[in-house]
Amino acid sequence: MVEFALPANSKVLPGKSHPAPQGAKRVKVFNIYRYDPDSGANPRLDRFEIDLDDCGPMVLDALLKIKNEVDQTLTFRRSCREGICGSCAMNIDGANTLACLKPIDDIKGEARIYPLPHMPVVKDLVPDLSVPYAQLASIKPWMQTQTPQPPDREVLQSPEDRAKLDGLWECILCFCCQTSCPSYWWNGDRYLGPAVLLQAARWINDSRDEFTGERLDALEDPFRLYRCHTIMNCTSTCPKGLNPAKAIGGIKEKIAQRQF
Amino acid sequence: MSLRSPLGRVRGLGSAKQGVSHFLWQRLTALALVPLAVWFVLSVVSLAGADYAHFRHWLSWPGNATLMLLLIFALFRHAQLGLQVVVEDYVHDGGLRLISLIAVKFLALFFGVFAAVSVLRVIFVGG
Repeated sequence: MVEFALPANSKVLPGKSHPAPQGAKRVKVFNIYRYDPDSGANPRLDRFEIDLDDCGPMVLDALLKIKNEVDQTLTFRRSCREGICGSCAMNIDGANTLACLKPIDDIKGEARIYPLPHMPVVKDLVPDLSVPYAQLASIKPWMQTQTPQPPDREVLQSPEDRAKLDGLWECILCFCCQTSCPSYWWNGDRYLGPAVLLQAARWINDSRDEFTGERLDALEDPFRLYRCHTIMNCTSTCPKGLNPAKAIGGIKEKIAQRQF
Repeated sequence: MSLRSPLGRVRGLGSAKQGVSHFLWQRLTALALVPLAVWFVLSVVSLAGADYAHFRHWLSWPGNATLMLLLIFALFRHAQLGLQVVVEDYVHDGGLRLISLIAVKFLALFFGVFAAVSVLRVIFVGG
């Protein structure tokens, strides 16, 4: 059966406390999930008190401040700090989002920061995403054609057809939606998940691609596609404001369409 | 422990190349159940206090008999499809999953046929 509780060695215990520097006026508490695979100890929740007068506005700024000034062992992924690389995806205040796009002021009370849910944890806030990456590779996220490409120009696409990719191409593959989906939690080994299905829709809807049927064939499966029950956690959590649930609905519609 | 690559595991046994009929049947039966449920509730209300002979006369009318049998079919088909999804979602042990899926199908079929036979019995045999 599905495991609804964490295994004993994954239970989160209280951790260290790092008080705010003296004289701090605007103190914000960050409770951050810590896990060190080398120690063999259970994960713990460390408490950091940060002076917001001496910190940037976003959650990522606070994490960087902690890493630079309080605890250098805090481990997390980050790169562009402007919501385009998707590295700093994590669970902040109970919802998956990008730390670089989440203003600290949006969090009421103490901030709780965990890694993306239901993924194996490499260390602290770094999840192991090798399965979602393999799932992305499995849907062949590249243009497939039989017609040879014209030697003298690119493959053309009308503005109307190009518009069909809006809402799909903007995905940065942060996997916030993927790891927010209960269906993906329970059946992540077989269900492709919202992020990967949105990418599949991106190629299914591309007028230049000539393998739409084969793509739909590969998705028509009770687990790969139809585990989506339109729960829509994906859509409500997407930090880029995209709608994976709608994209998945579009794929189901196309598979139904070819029956009639 | 498996040393198989993540891509190998994800591709697994490949696509089942089915699932759309489940998807369509679930929606079609749901759609059909809307008017059928309304008809059923209105019928029960209008038959409140009626005796057996009156009920039998009502059910023997071909329109009512047809709607009753369609209601039974749509209801049990929809329930079976829904329970199948619950099993697929939450039962992960391969053997238990298979047994549960077969049990859901057989039970839905048994109770559906039982309900239909009961309706036919009231109409044709009575008493």
